[in-house]
Amino acid sequence: MPKPGPSDAGASGTTRGTAPSRVALSMQDFSLSYGTRPALQHVDLEIPDHSVTAIIGPSGCGKSTLLRTFNRMNDLIPGVRVSGTARFGAIDVYASGTDVVELRRRVGMVFQRPNPFPKSIFENVAFGLRMLGVRKRRELEGRVEQSLQHASLWNEVKDRLHGSALQLSGGQQQRLCIARCLAVEPEVILMDEPASALDPTATARVEELVLGLKERYTLVVVTHNMQQAARISDRTAFMLEGKLVEFDETRRLFTSPRQKLTEDYITGRFG
Amino acid sequence: MSPAPSDALTLGSPALALRPLPAGRPAFVRRFSNLLLIVASGASALIVMTPLVLIIGELLVRGLPGMSLGFFVHMPAPVGEPGGGMANAIVGTGILVGLGLVLALPIGVGTGVYLAEHGNGPLGSTVRYLADVLSGVPSIVIGVATYGLVVVTLGHFSALAGGVALGLLMIPTLARSTEEVVRLVPASYRQAALALGAPKWKVTQAVVLPAARAGIVTATLLALARAAGETAPLLFTALGNRFWSTAIERPIGSLPVMIYDYARAPYADWNRQAWAGALVLLILVTVVSALLRLTARRIR
Repeated sequence: MPKPGPSDAGASGTTRGTAPSRVALSMQDFSLSYGTRPALQHVDLEIPDHSVTAIIGPSGCGKSTLLRTFNRMNDLIPGVRVSGTARFGAIDVYASGTDVVELRRRVGMVFQRPNPFPKSIFENVAFGLRMLGVRKRRELEGRVEQSLQHASLWNEVKDRLHGSALQLSGGQQQRLCIARCLAVEPEVILMDEPASALDPTATARVEELVLGLKERYTLVVVTHNMQQAARISDRTAFMLEGKLVEFDETRRLFTSPRQKLTEDYITGRFG
Repeated sequence: MSPAPSDALTLGSPALALRPLPAGRPAFVRRFSNLLLIVASGASALIVMTPLVLIIGELLVRGLPGMSLGFFVHMPAPVGEPGGGMANAIVGTGILVGLGLVLALPIGVGTGVYLAEHGNGPLGSTVRYLADVLSGVPSIVIGVATYGLVVVTLGHFSALAGGVALGLLMIPTLARSTEEVVRLVPASYRQAALALGAPKWKVTQAVVLPAARAGIVTATLLALARAAGETAPLLFTALGNRFWSTAIERPIGSLPVMIYDYARAPYADWNRQAWAGALVLLILVTVVSALLRLTARRIR
C-alpha cells in the first residue's frame, strides 16, 4: 500500500492532465546565493508525490544546490542567503519556526560518494533508529532487517551484520546508505548523483532500487547522466546557470523539448 | 647532448614546433646525488639517535645494579641501612598522574572538541591562544601557581595539589591534540548524520567522537608519559613523602622527586637507588609508548 504523502500537503497540484497527486516539494520564486554569487534564480517548481524527478544540467548549474535546499543542508555553507519560498508539503522550509532536525528526518538524503559510518553494518542502519529512541533489541533488529530488505542489500549482508561497513564494495556501501536513510522512515528521498561513483553493475542495482522505492516515497535524483534520467524518472527538470529552464514529463522533455536551450543540451551541443 | 631537431617531438601543427627539452643531467651525476642524499639523511638519523642510545646505555649500566624486586616493594630505608626501595614513589607517581588525568581529560578533550566543532569564531581563537600560552608556561611556574591556588588555600602540601599541577600541564596538549584529531574526522560522516535528522550534539557524541577515539587515546598516553616525568611542579605541591601514603590530602612521594632527592644526597647507596629510579621511570615511559602504538593499531 503506498505510503501517504506529507501529512500537511496543501495544493492539489493537478499537473499536465495526469491524475491529481499531492505536491511533495515545491518552490515559489525561490532564489539562493552564496554571498554575492547567485546559485538559484527565481525557481518555480512543483514535485508531485510518489514520483521520481530527475534534475539534469551542466556542472555548476545549481542542481545540487536545488536539492540541498529541501533539507536545509545548504545551511552548512556560511554566507547563504535566500529569498522566496521552498516548501515540503505545506511547510515553509526556511521559516524561522521550522524544526530543521525533524525536516531532515522526513526529507532524507543520499550522497554522491557513499559515506557509511565507520561502524558495523548493523550500527549504521540502527543509528537513526537509536537516535529516535528505539531501544528494544528485537525491534531494532526487525527494523534494520526491513530497511536492508528495502534497499535490496539484506541477502548480501545478513551473515555479517556486525562486520565493518567499510569493508563493503562501493555499490553495497551506497545501498547501505540508502538503507540507513530508509530506516528513519522519510517521506522524500533526495539523491545527489547516487550512482556516479559506482561501476555500471552497481549503478544498475541502484537504478532498479530507485524505481522500486517510488511506490512508497518521493524521489528527487540529481544526475549528470541523461540516459539515466530518461531511464528512471517520471519528470525531469533541466537547469542552467541557476535557472529552471524546463520541467516536464521525462518522455516529452527528451523527445520534444519546448525550450531551445533544453534541446541544445540534450543533443550535446554544450555542457 | 640534445637530439637533432628532426627527432624532436612537435606539439600539434608544425608552426608550434618547440625546441627539444634538455636531456637532463647525466646518469652518474644523478646516481651520485641520490647516494649523497641517502647518506646525509642516514647520518642525520644516526646523530639523532645517538643521545637516546647513550642515555639508555648509561641508565642501564648504572641503574641495573640497584634494581631488584625489593626496589619495587620496599619503602625507603633510613640512611646507612642497606636495601630499601621506592615503592611509595612508584605508587605516588601513579596516583599523581591519575589525579592529573581526572582534571585534564574532561577539560582538555572537551576544549578540543569545542575548538574543532564550534571554534571558528572569536571565542575559539581566544581559547586556542590561551591554550598555546598555557602550554608554553614553564612547569615550575605552574607548580608555583598551584602552590598559591591549592596549597595555600588548603594550608598544607598534598597529593591533590600535585595532581592539579600535573593536570594543568596536560590540559593544553590534550586540547590541541584532540582538536587536530577531531578535525581529521571526515566531513562526510558529519553530513551523513545531519542529513538523517541528528541534532548537532548527537553528531558529535555518536559519530565524531567514536571516530576520533584512537587519536584521543594516543594524545592521552602522550600527555601521561610527559606528566609522569615532571619534577619541578611537584616540588611545591606534592612536596614528597618518604613514608607510605596514598591519601590525597597529604604530601605524597613521586619518582621524579625521589630521584632528585637521592641524586643530590651524599650517600653512595642513595645515588645508586637514584639511578635505579631513573631507569624505572624510563621503563615506565617506554611501556606507555608501546601501549600507545598497540592501542592505536588495534582501534584501526
